[in-house]
Amino acid sequence: MERNPMRRQLAIMRQSLFDQGHVDEQFVQLEELQDDANPNFVEEVVTLYYRDSARIILNIEQALERKPFDFRKLDAYMHQFKGSSSSIGAKKVKAESTLFREYCKSGNGEGCMRSFQQLKKEYATLRKKLGAYFQLARQAGPVETASRPK
Amino acid sequence: MGMAIDRDDTQFHVLAVDDSLIDRKLIERLLKTSSFQVTAVDSGSKALEFLGLNNNDADDEEEYEQRDSNTESVSSDEDQDLGLGVNLIITDYCMPGMTGYDLLKKIKKSSSFKDIPVVIMSSENIPSRINRCLEDGAEEFFLKPVQLSDVNKLRPHLMKGRSKDIDSSHKTTSTRLITSGN
Repeated sequence: MERNPMRRQLAIMRQSLFDQGHVDEQFVQLEELQDDANPNFVEEVVTLYYRDSARIILNIEQALERKPFDFRKLDAYMHQFKGSSSSIGAKKVKAESTLFREYCKSGNGEGCMRSFQQLKKEYATLRKKLGAYFQLARQAGPVETASRPK
Repeated sequence: MGMAIDRDDTQFHVLAVDDSLIDRKLIERLLKTSSFQVTAVDSGSKALEFLGLNNNDADDEEEYEQRDSNTESVSSDEDQDLGLGVNLIITDYCMPGMTGYDLLKKIKKSSSFKDIPVVIMSSENIPSRINRCLEDGAEEFFLKPVQLSDVNKLRPHLMKGRSKDIDSSHKTTSTRLITSGN
């Protein structure tokens, strides 16, 4: 078993998640809560996040089909989505949620729609990257300590 | 009975309230990492239910209850010594139905539970909101996402409560024991 090359690849992948701004310090906080007793904590939380997000995204999509827009409802949904994105350290998704909420507050329907499209893109990218990362992490075996991005 | 001073004083029971599944999982892990016993519920009404207060009781309790401080404090002491009682409540602010602030008010109105420290969490940094919660009895206000360093701030509030119980069981009127910096 070639653990070291995998671990190296894993570290590179992890670093790029931070460098490319997909995740922030909160992701490190999650990693620090992972231990021998809870070896898959990060992936478990992220999986819950996907489940929760799917529900919220659907709600927003449906709400955007009803004209005129109920900006209060849209903002409420996005408040939830922003919250959970923030909790897992999803930096870009969180930033896009903030933008969406600003459009809601100013009643800018076009802005909301554009922002939502962008948000879905960011979210899809995040899922892809985290998916690859966790898959490699599982293959590489347990990592003892979390390390901070340089 | 049961001033169980020999008991490990780190087994505190925290009731966590948050409508977000992710945040519940997170707070639960944070609290367990810090050796707290945790019960996590998804709403203020479930929290009151867990405490044995229903929505109506919390408001009426003051009116109807005899202020029999002896039996009151003995039963809650016993609860806490047995670890069945709740030693701290940590709640999200923004929840559908009953907000964390509403829950705080109900807890503080309850003669059984008003001395349980309450901590509020929020993703929004709104000074007026924070001040109002602190003025109305919240011990701390944490901005989300909550971190280990925040959870580490909880222990002093719990230690305060623990020594208060020991004092009232001893029926002493001397100065409150402060267990400083453990």
